[in-house]
Amino acid sequence: MSSFNSKQSISQLAETETGSNSLESTKTFVFQDEGHTLGNALRCVIASNPNVQFCGYTVPHPSEAKMHFRIQMQKGRAIDALKKGLEDLVKMCDHTLSVFDEEMLSFKTEHKLNT
Amino acid sequence: MEESPRITLQEHKITQDITKGPTVLDEVWTVKAFKKRFRIAIIRYDDYEMEFDLIGIHPALANTFRRIMISDVPSMAIEKVHILNNTSIIQDEVLAHRLGLVPLKADPRLFEYKSDPANSEPGELDTLEFELKIKCTYNKDSNKNSSCAEDMYKNNNVYSKSIKWIPISNQKDKFKEKDLGPIHDDILIAKMRPGHELDLKLFAIKSTGRDHAKFSPVATAFYRLLPEIKIVREVEGEAAERLQKCFSPGVIGLKRENGKKIAVVTDARYDTTSRNIYRYEDLKDAVIMGKVQDHFIFTIESVGAIKSDEIFREGIKVLKDKCLSLLQELSS
Repeated sequence: MSSFNSKQSISQLAETETGSNSLESTKTFVFQDEGHTLGNALRCVIASNPNVQFCGYTVPHPSEAKMHFRIQMQKGRAIDALKKGLEDLVKMCDHTLSVFDEEMLSFKTEHKLNT
Repeated sequence: MEESPRITLQEHKITQDITKGPTVLDEVWTVKAFKKRFRIAIIRYDDYEMEFDLIGIHPALANTFRRIMISDVPSMAIEKVHILNNTSIIQDEVLAHRLGLVPLKADPRLFEYKSDPANSEPGELDTLEFELKIKCTYNKDSNKNSSCAEDMYKNNNVYSKSIKWIPISNQKDKFKEKDLGPIHDDILIAKMRPGHELDLKLFAIKSTGRDHAKFSPVATAFYRLLPEIKIVREVEGEAAERLQKCFSPGVIGLKRENGKKIAVVTDARYDTTSRNIYRYEDLKDAVIMGKVQDHFIFTIESVGAIKSDEIFREGIKVLKDKCLSLLQELSS
């Protein structure tokens, strides 16, 4: 059962408690209108978080614009790992953009192109 | 600088080279490590087509940039066609579809998304209106003997240059017609005969390639891995020429040394990494072919509305905004 709200783009799947893991540490987030584009990038970044035990994503059905993103934590809350992952992606974007602008500028001056 | 991960393309298998240290593929991804290793090199730039290298990036992130450019960077395209009159032989829906695929010059950054594309009225901030009004007639002053359609009729071919912009309210002060209309004025839209007539109103909106491929700002955006070719023993004479022919032009050069022709690698970058070398028993052990797994050669071909480097910038911004809006939702 998913708690789906049409206005939200992230909702959560209900979890059944297993073993020592508390509900907070294991979560499946459901992203509306997202797919492999965000899913795989986010997976790559979150999987390397040392507190994360497991993380994976799936697009359950190609004609449904939904992406399920699961995080299981060794310690800490799953939602914090998700936030950290999104923040890291933002930093990655900022860095890529600044390096690209720099390179583009030096390429244009070198080849005497108008900026 | 750490070693880059590499694969070797052998005759019957592809093997992963064992590196001494961790690489971008198996190392823990951190912003710090990314910033240390990541580099960009611009190779070719020509406003609407460019080639550049992203070095030291994880394949998942490189692929995200590619996917974003194709399907999440917006552009303007004709979405609705009001058909007031169409007596040509081309059906209304086919005609409308053809018009939708005509690329427009309008810069999508100057427009807003339509809040409800299906129902809301066209507004000056989110819609561009065009008109296509054309009639085919007999050409009175034609040479009577000619049986060529171009001589006998007027407007027998309808081209994209006949699409005329109609400003909505204040758009006239903000834009010029030459910055909005079709990029190419010689796109054939329909063929007509005397008596046939088109009277259409066209409405262009902003959307993304995810909605329909006509909104994609790129003709293609793709990447490939940097090829690496090593010649491990001296190959000379006729064998050297044969070896040269196994690879793409310009990849292998012939060096003259003591009157002998010796094969050398001049530029492996543009090799297609075909395996033609394995057809020759005597040459297959002379070459090691591989690819650098964290060196992505991106090629972006713009359709023509925004410049290729701007498409990449916009793509990064789209990804960033996506993350920021999700973060905001998580913290509220």
